[in-house]
Amino acid sequence: MTKLLETKLLTIRFGGLCAVDCCDLCIDQGDLYGLIGPNGAGKTTVFNMLTGVYLPSDGTVHFDGKLVNGRNPVKVARLGMSRTFQNIRLFDELSVLENAMTGAHQHSRINLLDSLLRTKRHYREEDRQRDKAYRLLEFMGLEDRAGLPAKALPYGHRRRLEIARALATDPKLLCLDEPAAGMNTGEKAELAALIRRIRDELKVTVLLIEHDMKLVMGICEKIQVLEYGKTIAKGTPVEIQSDPRVIEAYLGGG
Amino acid sequence: MPRTLALLLAGVVACYGLNWFLSEFIEVVYVDYVNLIGLAIILAVGLNVVNGLTGQFSIGHAGFMAVGAFVGAMASILFTYGEIAAGPLAFAGLGSFLFCLLLSGLAAGALGVLVGAPALRLRGDYLAIATLGFGEITRILLTAQDSLGGPTGLKRIPKMPLLPGTETWDGGTSVFWIYLFVFLVVGLAVRLQRSTFGRAMIAIRENELAAETMGVPSARLKVVAFVFGAFFAGIAGALYAHYQHSVRPDDFTSVRSIEVIVMLVLGGLGSVTGAIAGAVVVTLLPQLLRPLEEAMGIDGLSMVVYALLLIVMMVFRPQGIFGQRELSLKLLRGLIPGRRGGKTP
Amino acid sequence: MAEVSLTTEVLQYVTNGVAKGSTYALMAVGYTLVYGVLQLINFAHAEVYMLGSYFAWYQAKWAGYLPDSKGARAETVPLYMVALFVAGAMAACALAGMLIERLAYRPLRNAGRLAPLITAIGVSLLLQYGGQVVFGTEPKLFPTFAETVVYDAGGVKIPNTNIYIVVTSLVLMLGLTFFVNKTRPGAAMRACSHDMRTARLMGVNVNATISLTFAIGSALAAVAGVLVAMDQPAITPLMGVRIGLKAFVAAVVGGIGSIPGAALGGLLLGVSESVVSGLWKPVYSEAVAFVFLIVVLLVKPSGILGKSVREKV
Ligand SMILES: Nc1ncnc2c1ncn2[C@@H]1O[C@H](COP(=O)(O)OP(=O)(O)OP(=O)(O)O)[C@@H](O)[C@H]1O
Ligand SMILES: [Mg+2]
Repeated sequence: MTKLLETKLLTIRFGGLCAVDCCDLCIDQGDLYGLIGPNGAGKTTVFNMLTGVYLPSDGTVHFDGKLVNGRNPVKVARLGMSRTFQNIRLFDELSVLENAMTGAHQHSRINLLDSLLRTKRHYREEDRQRDKAYRLLEFMGLEDRAGLPAKALPYGHRRRLEIARALATDPKLLCLDEPAAGMNTGEKAELAALIRRIRDELKVTVLLIEHDMKLVMGICEKIQVLEYGKTIAKGTPVEIQSDPRVIEAYLGGG
Repeated sequence: MPRTLALLLAGVVACYGLNWFLSEFIEVVYVDYVNLIGLAIILAVGLNVVNGLTGQFSIGHAGFMAVGAFVGAMASILFTYGEIAAGPLAFAGLGSFLFCLLLSGLAAGALGVLVGAPALRLRGDYLAIATLGFGEITRILLTAQDSLGGPTGLKRIPKMPLLPGTETWDGGTSVFWIYLFVFLVVGLAVRLQRSTFGRAMIAIRENELAAETMGVPSARLKVVAFVFGAFFAGIAGALYAHYQHSVRPDDFTSVRSIEVIVMLVLGGLGSVTGAIAGAVVVTLLPQLLRPLEEAMGIDGLSMVVYALLLIVMMVFRPQGIFGQRELSLKLLRGLIPGRRGGKTP
Repeated sequence: MAEVSLTTEVLQYVTNGVAKGSTYALMAVGYTLVYGVLQLINFAHAEVYMLGSYFAWYQAKWAGYLPDSKGARAETVPLYMVALFVAGAMAACALAGMLIERLAYRPLRNAGRLAPLITAIGVSLLLQYGGQVVFGTEPKLFPTFAETVVYDAGGVKIPNTNIYIVVTSLVLMLGLTFFVNKTRPGAAMRACSHDMRTARLMGVNVNATISLTFAIGSALAAVAGVLVAMDQPAITPLMGVRIGLKAFVAAVVGGIGSIPGAALGGLLLGVSESVVSGLWKPVYSEAVAFVFLIVVLLVKPSGILGKSVREKV
């Protein structure tokens, strides 16, 4: 197996608070990796450091063999890391299809003049983006809504659209931040199946933050547990479920 | 591409026709309004790319216009007369005129890079204030340039070049030239908006962080937007200078920048048709209120009413005339009562 | 001409600049207070300042202190009348500020940021044009509020009006600082500017507090209007435009939302404008404010004394 993402001693401090403390992650190609922990454990902050949103105070991030910490989000995205957001961040005024097409923008090979002069390359690029976006909407079960403005989507669909948009960037690694939050049991089951298909059919490695234990234990093969920024356990779902420190963290945290 | 050329040709013909029609049948005062509206549209549609698409907030548009006006006017004077000197007005040559316009656009566009790049560090109101400051600095520096005439500016700027068959038109070819660039800026703005770059710009406006995480190069696109707006503002400035035959730095105070913003917001920020509607309304409204002012015998009343209307409009319809939608036939049909289009149960 | 040493010359410009800067500071406070609470650039503030000097002018006129049509010099206004006029102008401007907020800004409080901004521009235009209709476009000569006396401090000339300007501004700024930091309504203002929703939940009367903010800012603008008119005795309906823009820049440079920041920004601008204008070229002094602005924004976008906030993702 080849290593896709490796962080060493990844640390970030906000003033006096050490939100993430020496986090070591190691994700292989094709993993479906779970990152869990109580509220405020630092999971989202790890994502922010991976994707270049926050600059780590310390430590390194290697992605696909390249050192990426401190790079800006645009460059990280180019390297093939994409994500969704815990507090959904769609482009509300664009249509569902256009939201997904925006993900495909970074691989466009045309320049502004092509579009202003409407060259063949422009039309070819539009077709490419539309096809790709439409396929991904189909994959996520959103094709009927393609023409709607994103702000008109119900909550569960908004989360799916974020995933479709992230997939449109052709990522090697997809980071999902609580994709099932606010969904009911039926929707969660569908989502779990979709996440598995993303990995199996689209061959995209997945890093998943999720509070729903059933979902995480059901689909992840490896799990890492954070508490107060520190890793307290790593292993298979079975190992995690029987780890006394994890049980303590979750029961103690209420 | 062939379509683009055909469109361009159609645009040229249409502008020629418009100019002929106006000079043949319409009084000169009204033709003046038409020209002023055209200039306003160029400014507003250009700025809409910055403020409406990428969601930055620039109130320095007059600065770009000023640079374009002075560069274009100076170049044109030198080409036509060879020196700054008193004398009767002459026509600019076709080639040199186009070259001067291009030069103004490029100068203003280069300034757009200069302003747009540091502006990347700023957000929202801070960006707005910084661009305002830039516009004022530009104007003040122009005032201090004795070679450009100082506070009194440049005079005897040549007339816009004649075209075949236009020699007898009173009022000249200004309508043709101004509306040619209206046509260009509108066409290019619409094409930009409906392309992957336009969508990426809107994505930046809607949620910059998400756009960046999706690989949208927001810094570059924001500068591109600035350059687009600045380029056409520069051209509008040069056209304005040739149209008035004189320019002063004080033609380009922050009041003018704010006027363009008002056009955008009135029409509905982010919509090209909105920007056009805003340009028409803001240019015409004070003129339309003139008769009221004369009837009441109160000097300055039209501007008071104009300001009042602006406030009332904002309080009751803060999203502007069109919101972010484009004016289209479908939208018009939706406005007709009893025929709410589209939705079948 | 007597030989004047460079130091004396510079000192002269600095003292002039301090007086000018004090009026900027008085105005800047109004922008800063409103921005702190509503995140709104209250463009109409500059026109409230203009109204302040007109209100004082009309009171003086009614009390018979204006030169008559034959141009005979009117007597100097006695101090107690000056106090009365200033108080009257402050009250009238406070009322005007509150009205503007109530009628033009409050209906738009939840309509995003842009609509109130354009409305503020509209109100500013309305007052400029309205002022031209009501007061007339020609400049009006301001009555003599104080006989000019110029003191000489080792070659540096200090007119008494400058002393009045600086002392009045200083007293008012200190009073305001005390008010905001040590009284209950002041605490309510701070609470609103920190977080309006929470303030409302904690039982702060938000609407009243916002009205109060506008009243205070407008009253200070009125004082600034009178002080400037006293110093350079012609007033026009457009007199607010330039000082308004600069005072706002001063507020941003000092750190918007911060009262000491407004004072610092105002002084900094006033002094540097005066020095540049004296030693270099008056035209360039007009650009000083904006050069400051851009440099400060690029180095520290939240202003010299402002606090920066970081977006949580
Ligand atoms: N920009 C920031 N500035 C200051 N503190 C921050 C910032 N971002 C995150 N934190 C703090 O870091 C800690 C970890 O936050 P984080 O959002 O990563 O938690 P989380 O594990 O994602 O929790 P949840 O399950 O609630 O989403 C929290 O205490 C949070 O307040
Ligand atoms: Mg989180």
